[in-house]
Amino acid sequence: MQSWHFSEAAYPFIPDDEESLRVTLPNRYFEPQVAAELWDRYLEEWQLADELGFGVMTNEHHATATCMTSASPVIAGVLARITRDARILILGNPLGTRPDPVRIAEEMAIVDLLSKGRLEVGMVRAVPFEMSATNANPLSTHGRFWEAHDLIKKAWTTHDGPFSWQGQHFEHRQVNIVPRPFQQPHPPIWMTAGSPNSAIGIANHGYVMACFLMGRGGTKRIFDAYRQRRAELEAPAPEADRFAAAALVCVADTDEEAMETARKLMWYPRSANQVSTQFLNPPGYVPAAFSARVLRSDRPIHFDLENATPEQLIEDGSMFAGDPDTVFEQIRRFSDDVGGFGHLLCMAQAGHLTREEVARTLRLFAAEVQPRLGDLVPV
Amino acid sequence: MTDTSTLVAPGSDRGGADPLRMAPYGVELELVERGSGPPLLLLHDGWEVRADGPFAGALAESHRVLVPAHPGFGRSSVPAAFDSVEDLAYFYLELVDELGIDDVVLVGCSFGGWIAAEIAVRRPTWLRRLVLVDPLGLRVGGVADRDIADVWAVGRPALGRLLFHDAGLAEREVEYATRSDEELEVVARNREALARYGWSPYLCNPRLARRLHRVAVPTLVAWGAHDGVVSVDYGRAYAAAIPGARFALVGEAGHLPHVERPAVLARLVNEFVDEGAQS
Repeated sequence: MQSWHFSEAAYPFIPDDEESLRVTLPNRYFEPQVAAELWDRYLEEWQLADELGFGVMTNEHHATATCMTSASPVIAGVLARITRDARILILGNPLGTRPDPVRIAEEMAIVDLLSKGRLEVGMVRAVPFEMSATNANPLSTHGRFWEAHDLIKKAWTTHDGPFSWQGQHFEHRQVNIVPRPFQQPHPPIWMTAGSPNSAIGIANHGYVMACFLMGRGGTKRIFDAYRQRRAELEAPAPEADRFAAAALVCVADTDEEAMETARKLMWYPRSANQVSTQFLNPPGYVPAAFSARVLRSDRPIHFDLENATPEQLIEDGSMFAGDPDTVFEQIRRFSDDVGGFGHLLCMAQAGHLTREEVARTLRLFAAEVQPRLGDLVPV
Repeated sequence: MTDTSTLVAPGSDRGGADPLRMAPYGVELELVERGSGPPLLLLHDGWEVRADGPFAGALAESHRVLVPAHPGFGRSSVPAAFDSVEDLAYFYLELVDELGIDDVVLVGCSFGGWIAAEIAVRRPTWLRRLVLVDPLGLRVGGVADRDIADVWAVGRPALGRLLFHDAGLAEREVEYATRSDEELEVVARNREALARYGWSPYLCNPRLARRLHRVAVPTLVAWGAHDGVVSVDYGRAYAAAIPGARFALVGEAGHLPHVERPAVLARLVNEFVDEGAQS
């Protein structure tokens, strides 16, 4: 089991009365000095994670207080130079909204070189509320995602001079990226899935597939769809390292202490969906029948993260919190329930957690939980 | 009100023929016909087809009114490659040829007005009359001017207020809770289709401004006096770009006068068409 320290690099100092933390939140709330100091701290937390044996993971969102990483390749480039051993995971590059996949191929090649081949390249479609922030047509994001994937891969693996690309979404007459990636033929690719249906395309390629806070039931259905697709393709059964799951994680010396800190972690599930409905359900992002259900309810249709308690999230399999024994047991139960997985994306940082609280989780996890995860075999 | 519908809109209980038919580009088209007389093609707004609405009904008293659901809207299918209002303009040019109708009165509301303008600049003289009701599609302002309110950046109540002058109508017309699943799925299809054609460039064709001079039929530009989506000044600029176009305000109406003041607007249209017949 590889564990990853995933920080969204939040800017939590936002007045309580703001309706939406995404898209429309004025950036006057973001004090430059405070933001710069937060970045120092978040980078140091990734460095600590590296020293403790974690992988380091970053992602990308736009116009939101929940995540200051508005340009993940920049942060990945920094991580390439301030960490020593950690694999560096961007999960992910928003292919559905970025205008130029060739540029992404170039950015990833540079980060891979800067890190001497430690990069893992996540490719994601981009979540609904990124549409306004990037002006991307929600209707075309699915097609753009797969065409961008094809183009990036071809750009990485073509070494005989320029090639031509005239797709439905992208056109380049002379694609010839210099430099090319450090890892050959290209860095490992990850994708995310939010439904069993989206697992199929990922399984076709045999990429690492990650689920974010889908609960133990939802995660299992998606993992099973991947396994079933590999079986249909008559490919060998996928190893655990093809499956990743994200969870909020908090470890302390006692369960009581951990739950106290876990309550502060709840800033993330509360704020992540604190966004006006029109940005959660942009036209054409999901099929009309599903969009109609969202229109009727005026709220997103999924597990109600916003109003959940830490205890509910633990039961759901979206949070692991307690002393090291408790956390290990929670992870083991989750692993059994989903049929095994090889990457745990730990969200140990959120909102107003202090540097000390995050460091405590990382240290205790590394010392007392991680060593036992190697033996996890799903029953 | 005379109502001689020969085809029936979805959800209507007037019985009769299925309004779906095969159309150019392989589109399975929802096309409702009402009334008899000279042909009038009514192109609906970007939110609802309203084929059995009062505006189509009032026009049907003196015309054979054809109300298609644009490809992707209502129950009409849409070719995967369709992504611009130019596609719709060519679709309708081929459709009217196929239907064998000529000397057409073309009336377009809001998004449908944009389609009507794109049709008119492509075949400038074949229409009898062109009526644009709060049309979208034109770019008139500078880079930082919001010509057209961002209808996808507001929630349901605010969208109602953008579209309608009357507060009660705003609440009733943009309403999702009491609609059937089928009706709501059509609402979602319509939202998706409007994004397909108008997400970017945002509900306009930057090339239209340099083509509108080609319109060579008598044109009426009618405008809701309280339009919250596109201003009256935008409307005057639209009319000024079309040679000889007449501009008329519709009082007590927002962006959709055909919904808010159907009788008043129908009278304006009929007077404009009759005027031509007498001259």
